[in-house]
Amino acid sequence: MSLSRRSAMILAAATLALAGCSGGQGDKGEAAGGASSGGGKVTVEWWNISTAEPLKSFWAKKVKEYQAAHPNVTIKNVPIENEAFKAKLTTVTQSGKTPDIFTTWGGGVLKQQVDAGLVKDLSSEAATWLADFTPAALSAYQFSGKTYGIPHDIGMVGFWYNKAHFAKAGITDTPKTWTEFLDAVKKLKAAGITPIALGGKEKWPGHYYWAYLAMRIAGLDALKQAAVDDDFTKPDFVTAGAKLKELVDLQPFQKGFLGAAYGTNNGQGAIMGNGKAAMELMGQWAPITQKDNGKGLGDDLGFFPFPSVEGGKGQPNDAFGGGGGYAVGANAPAEAVDFLRFISNKDSLSEAVKMGAVLPVLKGGESDVKDPNLSVVAQTLASASGFQLYLDQAYPPAVGQEVNDSVAALIAGSKTPEQVAQAITETAKSE
Amino acid sequence: MTSQLAAARPGVDADPPLRAGPGGDPRRARRRLKAFAVIAGYLTPALVLFGLLVLAPIGVAIYLSTYKWNGLGPPTNFIGLDNYTRMLGDEVFLGDLRRGGLLILLSLVIQLPLSLFIAVLLNRRMRGRAFYRLLFFAPYMLSEVITGVLFSLILAPEDGLANQILAAVGLEALQSSWLSEPSTVMMSLFMVMCWKYFGFHMIIYLAGLQGIPKELHEAAEIDGATRWRAFWHITLPLLGPTIRISVFLSVIGAIQLFDLVWVLTSGGPIHSSETMAVTMFQFGFKRANIGYGAAISVVMFLLSLIFALAYQRFVLRRDTEGAITTMRDQR
Repeated sequence: MSLSRRSAMILAAATLALAGCSGGQGDKGEAAGGASSGGGKVTVEWWNISTAEPLKSFWAKKVKEYQAAHPNVTIKNVPIENEAFKAKLTTVTQSGKTPDIFTTWGGGVLKQQVDAGLVKDLSSEAATWLADFTPAALSAYQFSGKTYGIPHDIGMVGFWYNKAHFAKAGITDTPKTWTEFLDAVKKLKAAGITPIALGGKEKWPGHYYWAYLAMRIAGLDALKQAAVDDDFTKPDFVTAGAKLKELVDLQPFQKGFLGAAYGTNNGQGAIMGNGKAAMELMGQWAPITQKDNGKGLGDDLGFFPFPSVEGGKGQPNDAFGGGGGYAVGANAPAEAVDFLRFISNKDSLSEAVKMGAVLPVLKGGESDVKDPNLSVVAQTLASASGFQLYLDQAYPPAVGQEVNDSVAALIAGSKTPEQVAQAITETAKSE
Repeated sequence: MTSQLAAARPGVDADPPLRAGPGGDPRRARRRLKAFAVIAGYLTPALVLFGLLVLAPIGVAIYLSTYKWNGLGPPTNFIGLDNYTRMLGDEVFLGDLRRGGLLILLSLVIQLPLSLFIAVLLNRRMRGRAFYRLLFFAPYMLSEVITGVLFSLILAPEDGLANQILAAVGLEALQSSWLSEPSTVMMSLFMVMCWKYFGFHMIIYLAGLQGIPKELHEAAEIDGATRWRAFWHITLPLLGPTIRISVFLSVIGAIQLFDLVWVLTSGGPIHSSETMAVTMFQFGFKRANIGYGAAISVVMFLLSLIFALAYQRFVLRRDTEGAITTMRDQR
């Protein structure tokens, strides 16, 4: 008769079903409780988002290797598509449970899970091997001096561009400042090339622009302080919106960008990969998506960091991005941490880096990066003066979503820079 | 049963011996007890399931809607009706109501008459009738998600199938960004909805049409009535109950619309195709504001409930007469 009835049923059923899954592992965890060396049968449930190659088969191979070495341990490898994973994990964590090992991006969401007592503190258990990771890679998972996640990937957002298109438009050097960047956009438009591909249906790709501008204009510390004070109304943040509006007013995006997704065969990545736009602001996975959903650009693909803004307080080589890591459930058996160590050791991670699946999180791992584009990313990252996690990850979910939402509205022309700053502040205050 | 039958016949009703009070006849009392036990036995499993899976979640949703809660740990921050007052000032939610109303209006004015028209056509003797019926019903058998993916490809902004076809027949002027423009997204969404669900309403109408005795139309024809008059004075009135049910399903369907919108547009661009269910999902699952999400779900439930009750009371009354209503009236 009504949706709420149906949705309530779906919700209840989903909760029951998921609680059932994780409840199962919880029981096994108890059975194994502390007796990790006892040799009893243990199942470790591992939720990850590696549904694409090469990581999918790489992890499957690692699971087999680990199980061969530890016959009493069964690793239940559950790869779940990114968006589905977030929805599914939200549902189980609400019932007070987690899988034994699960993908995390750190930041605000992980903080909420930690506050709810759902996540294991790995500071002492993993102390010996945590020291091998770079501080930038670990930063997203650390709160008040404790570490709650093990990174396996770190990357940054920057402009991926089509060298052929840039040459055709007569752009000889990659833009270093915002003015040069706007100039490049104008030149590309004049040459009849769509300057920028953007997936507006998914709002996160758009928030990168505002976040980077805020970093360049207000600086990293101001951005962190704003989250603490719940105040984004400082003139610098409004200026960030105004600078973005300058770009939007040039109409640089492809036709119909408001309805475009990111990773579909007519989304942002595909448009870039098929050579239908000159650049996109995206993370280190961009080349893979371009190839998966489009033809891929091969040698024509280049990377340049986000330009600086004249008179801005931020460092021009501060990096914005995030990575991926794994957190361990509070009630997970000891084998979970052991397996995590196995897939996070130097050999394993270095192999994953060499395949081009992830970027190095271990100190001095840059040399493993084979791909020339990713090598630039890894080098830029290694020399970054500061690091800011994606805003929609760093802040509590409601604030992060409001950033995405408001910036999307700014790009669509329905919110002013002032209204964006105001809306984010209001949501932050209400949290 | 006996007492109801007795009540239906005033003559018998007046007969004093039959009005023996409960327990007056021990044999009858035993029989009633037995009947009660059987009914209770059959009913319990269904009632328990209904309670657990329907009533309890509604109760939980109402409870959670009075808290500000991010979903982790027990809810502690009681805020009374704040979530509900917030809705009154929430542009997106108020927009949801407007958009829901628009979809209902379009369904009633365009989709249902279209379905009826096709049903009347397909009710006539014609070659390949079964094939056409199957053809028009087919979209309804596709899942919402598949429909959504299909149309997001067809309605892709630049080189989607729809735009290519328009270009091929020289109608470039009609090309559009369909789902990517706030001004066109609702019409595009309604088009997809219409395509998806008209077959369902058509089948209901066909079933209703087949219940209309042929003699009536034959008699009208002999009396010299035109096709139009016969439709207006015979088909339409006799199809009344079917139409009323189909309107009911259409309205409820529009209130609960989620999956199709989610796959097609996720409610965008800038909320211009968002429905209540999408807003609820956004707050419940994306923004981790379970309390507000629950409050929206409660409002959706109340809207549906009030509509359903009012519709039963005022519109469906004639159709259910003799089934539910008369029994109650006579008791």
